[in-house]
Amino acid sequence: MSFPILSSLIILPIIGSLFLFFTKDNEGNNLTAKYVALFTTIVNFLISIYLWISFDQSTSNFQFIEDRTWIKGFINYKVGVDGISILFIILTTFITPLCIISVNNSVKNRLRDFLIAILIMESFMIGVFCALDLVVFYLFFEAGLIPMFLIIGIWGGPKRVYSAFKFFLYTLLGSVLMLVAIISIYWISGTTDVVKLYDIGIDVKYQNLLWLAFFSSFAVKTPMWPVHTWLPDAHVEAPTAGSVLLAAILLKMAGYGFIRFSLGLFPIASEVFTPLIYTLSVIAIIFTSLIALMQEDMKKLIAYSSVAHMGFVTLGIFTLQQQGIEGSIIQMISHGLVSAALFLTVGVVYDRMHSRLISTYGGLVSVIPKYSILFMLFALASLGLPGTSGFIGEFLILMGAFKDNILVAVLASLGVILGAAYILWLYKRVVFGKLINQDLKKIVDLNKSEYFILSCLAIPILFFGFYPDPLINTIEVSVTDLINMHNINIANK
Amino acid sequence: MELSIIFLPLIASIISGFFGRYIGDRNSEILTSALVSISALLSIYIFYQVIVNQYEENIVIATWISSGSLDVNWSMLIDPLSAVMLVVVTSVSALVHIYSIGYMSHDPHKPRFMAYLSLFTFAMLMLVTSDNFIQLFFGWEGVGLCSYFLIGFWFKKESANAAAIKAFIVNRVGDFGFALGIFLIFYLFGTVNYSEVFQQIPTVVDKDLSFLGSEFKVVDLVCLLLFIGAMGKSAQILLHTWLPDAMEGPTPVSALIHAATMVTAGVFLVVRCSPIYEYSPLILNFITIVGMTTAFFAATVALVQTDIKKIIAYSTCSQLGYMFFAAGVGAYNVAMFHLFTHAFFKALLFLGSGSVIHAFKDEQNINNMGGVWKKLPYTYALMIIGTLALTGFPFLSGFYSKDAIIEFAYLKGNTAGYYAAGIGIVTAFLTSIYSWRLIFKTFHGKYNNKKIKIEETHESPLVMLIPLFILSLGAVFAGVLFKGLFIGHGDNLFWAESIKFLEPLSTNHPPLWFLLLTPCLVLASIPIAYYLFVKNKELPNSIASMNKPMYDFLVNKWYFDELYNVLFIKSSKKLGLFLWKFCDGVIIDGFGPDGISSLIKKFSIKATKFQSGFIYQYAFVMLLGFSALLTFLIVK
Repeated sequence: MSFPILSSLIILPIIGSLFLFFTKDNEGNNLTAKYVALFTTIVNFLISIYLWISFDQSTSNFQFIEDRTWIKGFINYKVGVDGISILFIILTTFITPLCIISVNNSVKNRLRDFLIAILIMESFMIGVFCALDLVVFYLFFEAGLIPMFLIIGIWGGPKRVYSAFKFFLYTLLGSVLMLVAIISIYWISGTTDVVKLYDIGIDVKYQNLLWLAFFSSFAVKTPMWPVHTWLPDAHVEAPTAGSVLLAAILLKMAGYGFIRFSLGLFPIASEVFTPLIYTLSVIAIIFTSLIALMQEDMKKLIAYSSVAHMGFVTLGIFTLQQQGIEGSIIQMISHGLVSAALFLTVGVVYDRMHSRLISTYGGLVSVIPKYSILFMLFALASLGLPGTSGFIGEFLILMGAFKDNILVAVLASLGVILGAAYILWLYKRVVFGKLINQDLKKIVDLNKSEYFILSCLAIPILFFGFYPDPLINTIEVSVTDLINMHNINIANK
Repeated sequence: MELSIIFLPLIASIISGFFGRYIGDRNSEILTSALVSISALLSIYIFYQVIVNQYEENIVIATWISSGSLDVNWSMLIDPLSAVMLVVVTSVSALVHIYSIGYMSHDPHKPRFMAYLSLFTFAMLMLVTSDNFIQLFFGWEGVGLCSYFLIGFWFKKESANAAAIKAFIVNRVGDFGFALGIFLIFYLFGTVNYSEVFQQIPTVVDKDLSFLGSEFKVVDLVCLLLFIGAMGKSAQILLHTWLPDAMEGPTPVSALIHAATMVTAGVFLVVRCSPIYEYSPLILNFITIVGMTTAFFAATVALVQTDIKKIIAYSTCSQLGYMFFAAGVGAYNVAMFHLFTHAFFKALLFLGSGSVIHAFKDEQNINNMGGVWKKLPYTYALMIIGTLALTGFPFLSGFYSKDAIIEFAYLKGNTAGYYAAGIGIVTAFLTSIYSWRLIFKTFHGKYNNKKIKIEETHESPLVMLIPLFILSLGAVFAGVLFKGLFIGHGDNLFWAESIKFLEPLSTNHPPLWFLLLTPCLVLASIPIAYYLFVKNKELPNSIASMNKPMYDFLVNKWYFDELYNVLFIKSSKKLGLFLWKFCDGVIIDGFGPDGISSLIKKFSIKATKFQSGFIYQYAFVMLLGFSALLTFLIVK
């Protein structure tokens, strides 16, 4: 067996967090802890880039597989990646170091513990994206909640406890059903190995129920309308780095889950429930965009816009068209970058003014121009302007949707108009206009680390907007194969 | 060389935008103007090659999106149609760049302004040289973005910001249709490249598509959706509301974007897609009607506006209407011809009005002007040329293109055609009246400005006048020189394959009285306007007060803004608030997490009451239970 590169990706952040336990100072500006965490995550990022380079794009088989017996005859610790999951791993390892750089502006107390939470979360997220055994997936999927729960509950704003519990209740509710479903799959098929399950398939008569059980978990995490109300609260209370992780990575677990498990394991049920997904997605796109229009709190606005954007993702996945699914994956990556960037831009002014209310601001462009330019770029990416990664995702999704269901594509396209409306209006109220609030005169432009983080996010947003080939080539074969397999399953029904 | 036409403006924009601070205001102005001018000269060379050598080329720069069967390239397509657009875009842009050096001389953000102008030029070039619908869409949104930046250039002005957002959102409504059109094209043909799509069109002519229970012909649907996009960009009625507001931007912007180039993108789109539109007579008639209505509507509104730029903006809207109804009657080449001539004289008028505004130190109300023609002789003369060209004064450029539109509408020979020709003539008369009204009120009569003395008004510097002069040459000669090339009878060699005519255009001539009608009206309108707006100034006012409701209706631009405000803006805000506070807040949270947690709390409070701690209560319950169980066993 070759070098266990995936396991090392998973374990490295945990090792890093063990080191953190031994750093002493827990208060204030703990540089040692920060450097340890940063070093760990950057090494992890480099490993994941190496993974991407050595990844073979011409096959849809899982690669870098590690298979170890964990509980004999029941669970195998099995991990591996294909074209779909590798991008999410890179997204995770890319966003985490940026989060760590950003913390010294937003987290004032118990920095070390905060970093530990982030590192542990990173390793769980990577675990989610490369798990090839349902039980292993479930463990990572649920364990990921805990650090996030703590991040909101300990380092959050004034209503943090309410938000943390809301977050926990919602997500737990869905998860329990998924666990039941996983156990039943073991009873039905005798294995929880995803690759084997792909081969043998699951009996049609169980598919609908099992699909619903998985759906209940993924829908909450996505989040889909109407189980989305935890997200705005969680975002508002979470510290900036927490919001970034939540929006950029945590939400993607569900989208990934839909592709890997709902489509992969239950093709026939997926076909049955497509209208449900379409309806909820379209409602999410239109309703939450309208809600976003009326928000007074910047973070809430972006949180609602996330719900709308994830509505596009779920829509695209279930079109079962090449463009739709590829669009969804690109949209998830793009949203990971853009929403992270938007939460960070809000964080920048929040750190200075301690207000998230839109009405506090106005006229920022005349005092902090660098900030304004980057904010504009992210706003444009969020509304899906051609030339940014947001466009590629949205456009491909709608193209795929149009092939499958014209009405849905028409309704979802309305979201594109609303998406422009809420983000430009936000931008106008915050950045343009006269500088009325006198306190804003003292506000300082981006410092070096903020500038660095935001540029790191801006570059891939633009690059993949003009040249998405690296992304599309990575996923192409896997997606094609997924659709082919799906069509064969449908035909054999 | 071809590629440098596109990329020189981009380079100019990047340098001026990111390094403007380091290289200085003057250098960024010179650099951007120079690079765009080079691009203009190259375009003219290409245009010449196309005319003389029938030069055509499709250069693939790189792949952009390839997903499944979707294959989109970054490309540059040179054919007669794009060559014409290249010349229009780059030459007007170069002149506007040079003009801006003078016009923006007091502005603190010059490099940023020049960067936006150059970026706009780049996006517009991407739009016109695309060989597929998605790159077209890229350019389409790109020019919309630059327009947004430039309208809101003076970001401290609340009205400018509002206008910028309005322009973007209204255009997005159009883009919604356009995008759906692209999706439909991809759905039907599995490709978005022009040549492949156009080839396959005849195969789907009889195909129907059912949507919401009704059947539509797919060709009609494609044409309609693309046209909705065109309506947004070209400010046709219903989606026109952003264009007058867009005048909040600096005047050079209005000349470049909102007169000569971007707003004509919609016309370009229809002409580019002539191989599709030719198969959809229904939508062509629809385009005729929309174009005609817009032409008439905008002209009536222009009659009563008092803001010099808004008058010209409505005039643009109206002229775009003419272009559309030319395309609607199948005379695509005539539409392009009018687009071509209009670019010169409308840019001239806008830049001229900028010169006037400059002279009056940012006064835009024509009621506060007057009597300055001696003070601004060059501007006056150039504005007169622009006005003559716009109104279709014989032998100037507008005469050839506009009259040709009316003729072809007449020759179309169906109801829509006759109707359009009639409205076209009426509108030509109205155009003439409002244009002369502008000239007379601005330059003749008494001096009406209270803020600055007449001695303080001054002629603009040379750097502003030279571009005006060059444009005026275009306004005078573009018609007579290019008439044969663009709309010559018999052999349409120039357009080659770029415009498709299913049936060749009629080569008949309309009756002589019809040909003379429009020029006569245009000539007659000059003394009429002179009488109304210089000699007897009370007459227009008394007409206005006599027809108060009518006047209000026109001044308020047919109440479109008010209607939209109620219909879309207020209602979506209300709906948003309702969905947020009621659906999310009361229903979902109320029955969801908050409801459940409070229910559990209530339930557990009830449950605690059972544990009262009194033995006799427990014993009593036990007794009850025991007897119930016993009864059950006995009965069973």
